[in-house]
Amino acid sequence: MTYTDYVTGEPVADTKAPAGPVAERWDKRRFEAKLVNPANRRKHTVIVVGTGLAGGSAGATLAEQGYHVVQFCYQDSPRRAHSIAAQGGINAAKNYRNDGDSVHRLFYDTVKGGDFRARESNVHRLAQISVEIIDQCVAQGVPFAREYGGLLDTRSFGGVQVSRTFYARGQTGQQLLLGAYQALSRQIAAGNVEMHPRTEMLDLIVVDGRARGIVARDLITGKISTYFADAVVLASGGYGNVFYLSTNAMNSNATAIWRAHRRGAYFANPCFTQIHPTCIPRTGDHQSKLTLMSESLRNDGRIWVPKAKGDDRPPNRIPEDERDYYLERIYPSFGNLVPRDIASRAAKNVCDEGRGVGPGGQGVYLDFADAIRRMGRKAVEAKYGNLFDMYQRITDEDPYEVPMRIYPAVHYTMGGLWVDYDLQTTIPGLFAIGEANFSDHGANRLGASALMQGLADGYFVLPATINDYLARNPHQEPVTDRHPVVQEALAETEDRLNLLLSVDGDRTPDSFHREVGELLWEFCGMARTDAGLRKALERIPQIREEFWRRIKVPGTGEEFNQSLEKANRIVDYLELAELMCLDALHRAESCGGHFREESQTPDGEAARRDDEFAYAAAWEFTGTGEAPTLHKEDLVFEYVHPTQRSYA
Amino acid sequence: MARTVWDSSVGKKTVMAVSGLIMLLYLVVHMIGNLKIFFGAGEFNHYAHWLRTIGEPFMHYEWTLWLIRVVLVVAVVAHAVSAYQLSRRDIRARPSKYVHRKPKVTYATRTMRWGGIILGLFIVWHILDLTTGTVHSGGFQPGHPYQNVVDTFSTWYGDVIYIVAMLALGLHVRHGFWSAAQTLGAGSRTRDRALKTVANVLALLLTAGFIAVPVGVMTGVVS
Amino acid sequence: MKLTLRVWRQRDADAEGAMSPYEVDGISSDMSFLEMLDVLNEQLILAGEDPVAFDHDCREGICGACSLVINGDAHGPERTTTCQLHMRSFKDGDTIDIEPWRAAAFPVIKDLVVDRSAFDRIIQAGGYITAPTGAAPEAHATPVPKPDADFAFEHAECIGCGACVAACPNGAAMLFTSAKVNHLNVLPQGAPERETRVLDMVAQMDEEGFGGCTLAGECATACPKGIPLVSITSMNKEWLRATRKVAKR
Repeated sequence: MTYTDYVTGEPVADTKAPAGPVAERWDKRRFEAKLVNPANRRKHTVIVVGTGLAGGSAGATLAEQGYHVVQFCYQDSPRRAHSIAAQGGINAAKNYRNDGDSVHRLFYDTVKGGDFRARESNVHRLAQISVEIIDQCVAQGVPFAREYGGLLDTRSFGGVQVSRTFYARGQTGQQLLLGAYQALSRQIAAGNVEMHPRTEMLDLIVVDGRARGIVARDLITGKISTYFADAVVLASGGYGNVFYLSTNAMNSNATAIWRAHRRGAYFANPCFTQIHPTCIPRTGDHQSKLTLMSESLRNDGRIWVPKAKGDDRPPNRIPEDERDYYLERIYPSFGNLVPRDIASRAAKNVCDEGRGVGPGGQGVYLDFADAIRRMGRKAVEAKYGNLFDMYQRITDEDPYEVPMRIYPAVHYTMGGLWVDYDLQTTIPGLFAIGEANFSDHGANRLGASALMQGLADGYFVLPATINDYLARNPHQEPVTDRHPVVQEALAETEDRLNLLLSVDGDRTPDSFHREVGELLWEFCGMARTDAGLRKALERIPQIREEFWRRIKVPGTGEEFNQSLEKANRIVDYLELAELMCLDALHRAESCGGHFREESQTPDGEAARRDDEFAYAAAWEFTGTGEAPTLHKEDLVFEYVHPTQRSYA
Repeated sequence: MARTVWDSSVGKKTVMAVSGLIMLLYLVVHMIGNLKIFFGAGEFNHYAHWLRTIGEPFMHYEWTLWLIRVVLVVAVVAHAVSAYQLSRRDIRARPSKYVHRKPKVTYATRTMRWGGIILGLFIVWHILDLTTGTVHSGGFQPGHPYQNVVDTFSTWYGDVIYIVAMLALGLHVRHGFWSAAQTLGAGSRTRDRALKTVANVLALLLTAGFIAVPVGVMTGVVS
Repeated sequence: MKLTLRVWRQRDADAEGAMSPYEVDGISSDMSFLEMLDVLNEQLILAGEDPVAFDHDCREGICGACSLVINGDAHGPERTTTCQLHMRSFKDGDTIDIEPWRAAAFPVIKDLVVDRSAFDRIIQAGGYITAPTGAAPEAHATPVPKPDADFAFEHAECIGCGACVAACPNGAAMLFTSAKVNHLNVLPQGAPERETRVLDMVAQMDEEGFGGCTLAGECATACPKGIPLVSITSMNKEWLRATRKVAKR
């Protein structure tokens, strides 16, 4: 049996969302959930891994409720989690503009934007909570943009017709994260949160079928320790870094969720990755990461490439009639404002035709010449000045004079650990929140929705639902290092690190990361084919085998060793990549960020196949390189009825 | 409150700022008084005598002068002790230097520290020279400040010490006044230029006003 | 480009450190400074040597992790973070000195990596608004005048990188502390804790062993986010106000 011969197991279903009208489910669930007596809460320990928007807000809120929280981050401070890099904004159905927005409309937009691959009850709850998030953040002192009257400003974002995005210049993620970090800091000072920075989770401890702790490595001393708790919350973010080049932080990784997956948590829709169309293209092989520029640029910039292949004249010398404004040509009604996945794919297509611009032909022009003529340079500067500056700093080109070059880049992963309505994974006591879970965005995430989901999960959902689990399991047997399961997890972790250190081969960790990343980008990136995915699935085990033969990690495990950290993360990427390709291969439809070339309409658009694929694919681990088991969660749409997207 | 202020680095800076401003105020008055020397021995000596009788008959002879002296001593001590303690803290906070030294010097910090030490030593000499007469060059005559001043500035070292100290004073006041304004929270983006100008003018006037006296003696205008 | 690097190498917190010379070749001017160090580290690993440890994460100038003193300047010659510094700021054949942040409150962990947890403790001392989840009033209940909101934002931009401390001749954390004090103290939401916040944060800053401010201004010059020097003045004012108010209570 090969990896591609997966087995379909029992379906999986969410049993936590109550029946009844979607708008009442969250209230009902909160009422039905059992509560923990405030006096008993301090007897419960909860581990939270990660301090981004989801983890930071969850840690702070659980501690406020009286739980003893033990929290981890690999960064030197909880303030540096990668949520900090989100630029655009956060959606909320406040309807401050009186422009017809409502909870129901945000719910509708999100389900539709996710191309009908998200769970209605979760999405509706997200829309409901969005309103409270803004209140909460304002109370914490988050300096959202305001109008002269002193009230909050909003803008429209990502092709939505209402103005519901709250923002803090181009640094909304930073400001929201600092709000959560400060709330967390208050709890650390109060002794309610035991914070472990520069400590990375390397395994999950599951005792008697329940998540009871983690194995973690102190990144300064290299010491591997165990931490025990009554529940474990993973808020470790997405896995976009598997592609090597992405807009993720350099050290963002999949280890926490992948190790949980190996211990029994199902991994849902791993192939759903979002590729953002407006990133700064790479300049060469040395490139270590990609930088995103807000997609608001597409509001005024025009995207084009030369009509002729290999036209290497400077852009300003290419006459108007020799330019192809391809988005305006193919999608006359939406033009440059088509959704992210469509814009990305179109850019890839013209580059594949050999009409790409810049080094390596991997770029398209985003031209503001018309906008400058129309609005004047001053107005363009006022609107986009900071983005233009950022572009100029990185590329050394002046976008007021020369068109910008952009290219799509991996940005967000909609897939993640499968969770039920309570955000609990298939391992009792293990919860996953924020980008680490798969829950709310379906096959495509709308702009300004990631921040909303992270904070909804951390501030409001998890703190309510985890009570129910802890109340139902009030007295769990204490676990110690002597427990055989713990011994085994510790030994496995130590063996893995020792093996990495002992191979002493001739290739660096980065070289493997880059290799598997490029493979994924080519075959499991913007457009996927049966043949390509099969090729990747054949190649990945070979890379893995070569990795364990040729990896070179200097130094020892008992010290600050960044190469060892990196290599250990790559071990997990080499398995995750395989699952992503398998998931992409099995989903023989196009939906959202997943475009299968075999499944397109006659005019080249994505063709979703609801009859066969209206489900979330939750994968169960069966062993490295072994065919995993697929558990389908059927998605039922009672409120938002699936339609084929059209932007022509 | 006193404890809070003294225990805090920001509080100690406040002590420095307030004591510095007290001394600055005194210096302005002192400088104006000094200029009387250009109106002859009579007026100058009369002014010196008046200093001892300020506040009479409510105050006894020299009471006001002593009060001023006490305030000044307290200010000098407070200024120096907090400067010393803050400097110690600063040096402890940066125990190892960068291997790559940048050519630009941290002008303000250095001139304040060295300038402060120079001024401290100067004050001691100045009092011993013209108040107590202990190290005075000629025959010190109590009650005849005009002659005493002329004697002091008739020696080359008297002029050198004094002029060097007054240049140090100018630099000290220039950064110190602006710095005190920041410490006391009086600075702002819109006020910054104005404060810097006031600091420069004050420094210039004080230095010029004080140096005018030895120059006057040297050039024979005062004799 | 071909460059000579002199890099501070220090095995761990207790070890003696020294500058070690390295040669790197084939550096493109489009590389970021950290990508140039990646090239060096790939070389070192293959040569069986210990790669240079340095902190970095987002590489887009916002997380505040990267922290190198380059030729004596915190974050190097441009006003930006190290990760956004590009090699076009250097010339072929240059010798570049790379050192860690140096301050007693930021002990070296290894090579160019320092421990900045003192900053976290300053925030823990009061750099927050007490607003437990669920307790928030409607967001529009308290309008905030735009100038105040802008003032708050300008100071909230601080990324906590520590360049201010690294650049300060006294190793002072005044600019960092003042940025947070000013961000929160100007907002109506921050008013109830206005006095305790500034007093506690300054006290913690002192306790961590940071130096005092002599208004040398190096911090504001080094700050990649352009937090102005006058931020410190505003904090001083807050501190004095708080001291007076608390004394009256």
